[in-house]
This record gives sequence, C-alpha cells and structure tokens, in this order.
Amino acid sequence: MGNGTSIGRVRGLGSSHQGTHHWLTSRLTAVGNLVLITFLIVSLLLLPDYAYATVRGWVARPLPSIALILIMINTFTHARMGVQVMLEDYIHSEGGKIAAWLLVNIVPFVAAAFGVFSVLRIALGGA
Amino acid sequence: MAQARKARPISPHLQIWRWGPAMLVSILHRVTGNGLAFAGLGLLLWWIGALASGPESYQSFLDYTWTGAGDGLQAVTAIFGKVVLIGLTWAFFQHAASGIRHLILDIGAGYELEANSRWSVITIAFSAIATILLWAFLLLR
Repeated sequence: MGNGTSIGRVRGLGSSHQGTHHWLTSRLTAVGNLVLITFLIVSLLLLPDYAYATVRGWVARPLPSIALILIMINTFTHARMGVQVMLEDYIHSEGGKIAAWLLVNIVPFVAAAFGVFSVLRIALGGA
Repeated sequence: MAQARKARPISPHLQIWRWGPAMLVSILHRVTGNGLAFAGLGLLLWWIGALASGPESYQSFLDYTWTGAGDGLQAVTAIFGKVVLIGLTWAFFQHAASGIRHLILDIGAGYELEANSRWSVITIAFSAIATILLWAFLLLR
C-alpha cells in the first residue's frame, strides 16, 4: 500500500476509507470473547454456591478481576460492532441514522466504564 | 413427487425460496448476538453493579431474576428472569458455535453445499445440548 500514486493510496480501503479494520476487530474480539466467556461460565459453574460472600470473594481474586475487566472491554467492543452492523442494515432514514450513531458511540462506552468501575470496587475492597 | 421437489434448488430467485439450515443459522446469529448485546450485557452490568454495591443489592438482584422472594413484582419478574437466563445461555452457545463456523468460513473452507448444511445443523444441535447440560449440571448437582 504505497503513498505515491492515487491508486496506491486507496487500494484495499474501499468506499469507507477504513479498509478491513472493522471486520478484523470483530473477529479478534470474537476469539477473545470465546476464551473470556468460557472462563466466566466454567468458573461460575464451579463455585460451591451463589451466596454474596462466595461470589464477591471469587470476583475479588486477581485472575477473575482481570478477566472481568477484559470482559467489560471486549464484550462491549464486540457488541458495539455487531449492533452497528445490524442498525446499518435496517435503518435507512437520516434521523434514524443519527440516533443509531449516537447509540453505538455513547451507550457501550458508558456501560463498559460502569462495568470496569464495579469490578474495581470489588477487587480493591470498596463497599 | 416429494423426491423430485427435494432435488430442486431452494432459492431459485429473490422472492422464491425455502428455508435451509444455513439461512436459519445466519438469522439466529444476528438474533442471538443482539439478544446477548442488549439483554446479556444488561444483566451482566446489573449483576456486577449489585455485587459491588453490597449484600442487599445482590440479594435484590437474585430476588428479581431468580428466587422471586419479596413483596413486590419479584414473583413475576423471576419467571421472566429464568426464561431470559436460560435463553441467554442458549444464545451464547448458538452465537459461539455459529461464530466459530464463521471463522472457518472466513478462511475459505466449508462452502460446499453438503458441508455447509451439515455444520449449520451441528451448531443448532450443539447449542441445544450444551444448554441442557449446563442447566442440568447447575440445577441437579
């Protein structure tokens, strides 16, 4: 991908000028989710019970804390991209597109920040 | 007659088609993905937020989603909670299996009609079996 000729500057980028970044990131986060959510499900299944102290004690341990923080980032990134593709397919009015654009660019970030903060509160011992 | 009908193409034109396994898995991938994105991640945040806020919040989460205990709407919401939780585990297994199928399709394999149908059916069978096994393990242990 050179930067000399005009064809070299656009080759491989397509009409959106972003190339395959969206597609590739959704695949990368998919594999990440496969590992992270499998870890979450198996870990929760292996807990002796689901009392507050048991579950909170598990989340507070280093590996589960790190995994849950990564889950908050990775799942919301993946979900954001998937929902974006769905909205692009079904929403055709200009107003709807603006609403969709706001939705996918605000909600996942606020939600993931809340998730990460909650994990940190548990991991670092706040009440 | 049935034999002859079966051998005919199932999507000869834009508006003339019959359901095939690949179509079903494709739309299930989108439905389960968006279900997980909205209901699944919503519940995940409710769970971790309640867990971070203390024992009362966590108990309230459990009452509304599972036990149904309490003097409010918990008895009603817990019924929906169970359906949604079981549905979300199925959605995860279906989306994950279908996702793995997509990763394989991405490298250019599995487009032969036979193989494509077979792997589509396998994702549906896998998600059903995995969901049953998970909840059997959880509820019967």
